[in-house]
Amino acid sequence: MEKVKLPLAALALAALPGLAFAQEAETGLTAPHTQYILTSLLFLVGGFLVFWMAAGFAMLEAGLVRSKNVTMQLTKNIALFSLAAIMYWLVGFNLMYPGDGWTIPGILGAFSPAALEPVGLADTETALDYASVGSDFFFQLMFCATTASIVSGTMAERVKLWPFLIFVVVLTGIIYPIEASWQWGGGWLSEMGFSDFAGSTLVHAAGGFAALAGAIVLGPRIGKYKNGKTIPMPGSNLALATLGTFILWLGWFGFNGGSQLAMGTIGDMADISRIFANTNMAAAAGAVTALVLTQALYRKPDLTMILNGALAGLVSITAEPLAPSLFQSLIIGGVGGGIVVFAVPFLDKLQIDDVVGAIPVHLIAGFWGTFIVAWTNADASFITQIIGFAAIGIFVFIASYIGFMILKTVVGIRVGEEDEINGLDMAELGMEAYPEFSLS
Amino acid sequence: MKMIIAAIKPFKLEEVREALTGIGVSGLMVTEIKGFGAQAGHTEIYRGAEYEVNFVPKMKLEIVVPAEQADQVLETITKTARTGKIGDGKIFVLDVEQALRVRTGETGLEAL
Repeated sequence: MEKVKLPLAALALAALPGLAFAQEAETGLTAPHTQYILTSLLFLVGGFLVFWMAAGFAMLEAGLVRSKNVTMQLTKNIALFSLAAIMYWLVGFNLMYPGDGWTIPGILGAFSPAALEPVGLADTETALDYASVGSDFFFQLMFCATTASIVSGTMAERVKLWPFLIFVVVLTGIIYPIEASWQWGGGWLSEMGFSDFAGSTLVHAAGGFAALAGAIVLGPRIGKYKNGKTIPMPGSNLALATLGTFILWLGWFGFNGGSQLAMGTIGDMADISRIFANTNMAAAAGAVTALVLTQALYRKPDLTMILNGALAGLVSITAEPLAPSLFQSLIIGGVGGGIVVFAVPFLDKLQIDDVVGAIPVHLIAGFWGTFIVAWTNADASFITQIIGFAAIGIFVFIASYIGFMILKTVVGIRVGEEDEINGLDMAELGMEAYPEFSLS
Repeated sequence: MKMIIAAIKPFKLEEVREALTGIGVSGLMVTEIKGFGAQAGHTEIYRGAEYEVNFVPKMKLEIVVPAEQADQVLETITKTARTGKIGDGKIFVLDVEQALRVRTGETGLEAL
């Protein structure tokens, strides 16, 4: 069939050269239904790519923790994603996107579960200029889950399972939807002119601030800092960590590309393509910068830093993946990768134990990415970018800090000393990730 | 009979084994070990934090030969395992009281 169809289509195009020309010029044109269908498709494809980032986080974290804590880290990752999915339905979606139903205008959204359109859109008047509610909900919930994934890596190897999961419920149901509503829900930050395209601040720095609060309340792993010196605790499987990074990199095309939020015109399609290319460039620049810097500073390249560098490049471009040229993306991502190489030992100096480097990657590179938006996007200002970042940072940090302190006081958030040394896998789960391996 | 215990650099193992079978050594025991000597340790960096590697990986060979062959074995190991750099290893020689082949019950030199 296709063999017959293709020449016919080519013939049709050749016969109508004038028509092809006209479409080239008018980038905003869209046929009825086309916008609705294609934008929904963008959300669904973008959504399952961002979903796949949950696998990326799981592998990255499994690789960077010691083998005695791998099963626990994987358990936390699948549990937190699933809890986020439920919480985002229960309150998150309408709290973040209240439409006209704000509880406090611009600050606090609506409290109700998310609901989809009826089957087949029966008897509804559907606005064709956006996308289906189902695709929108599906896409947005993945971002919510990403925020929680960031926290688990920092707090690995010592936090108790259930208190951590209770925090995830609060983060994904309340904290994230509120701060994200300020910008993406049409709240006060968007009114002010803050700009965060796909979430350098709203998702990544927010996750990073929650992780920072958690790491401070929780304290470092036993033996991590001795007499002011940092004791390395090498990860169990760098192959998994590398796979996780590549999975995250792949998922990021959906994360940033889908955040165009429209695919109904050729202008949108060109922008999405631009976003994909810029996103990839920033990641590559981040990785190369970390590779060169670790070689220069430490005599040998450090793979874990190169992985962090790629992710920091991705976080850096996330606030504005559309406006920059490829060269500007290279600079933005490269600086992000450089930030990580200095921020990781800096956090260790402060004795803030971040097992996978999530705070440098998501919070600090998130700040850089948010700040530098004003360089390439004429509608943004450096001051407003700083204010927006600070507002979200302060809110998320304080809310998370209070949450962790309450959990610490009421149920305790840290496993006992013996359990931590023996490993969370046996102590909390009675199950090892690699039962047939022995330590040499 | 003499027992020769040699700690050598791991990458030299194959070369030493070939040289020893070349001079008629009929068996040897090999263990992966870690230890320190003159080479002491060295420092590495992981995620920006410097740490000391106090024990260096080595291969331990244990070889039992007739007393008159011991010097030749020592010489062969020394010649093949030497790189001239620090950390080439050490060799010890011990007297062996008895040897016994489990399958046949042969003892002494017969058991080697």
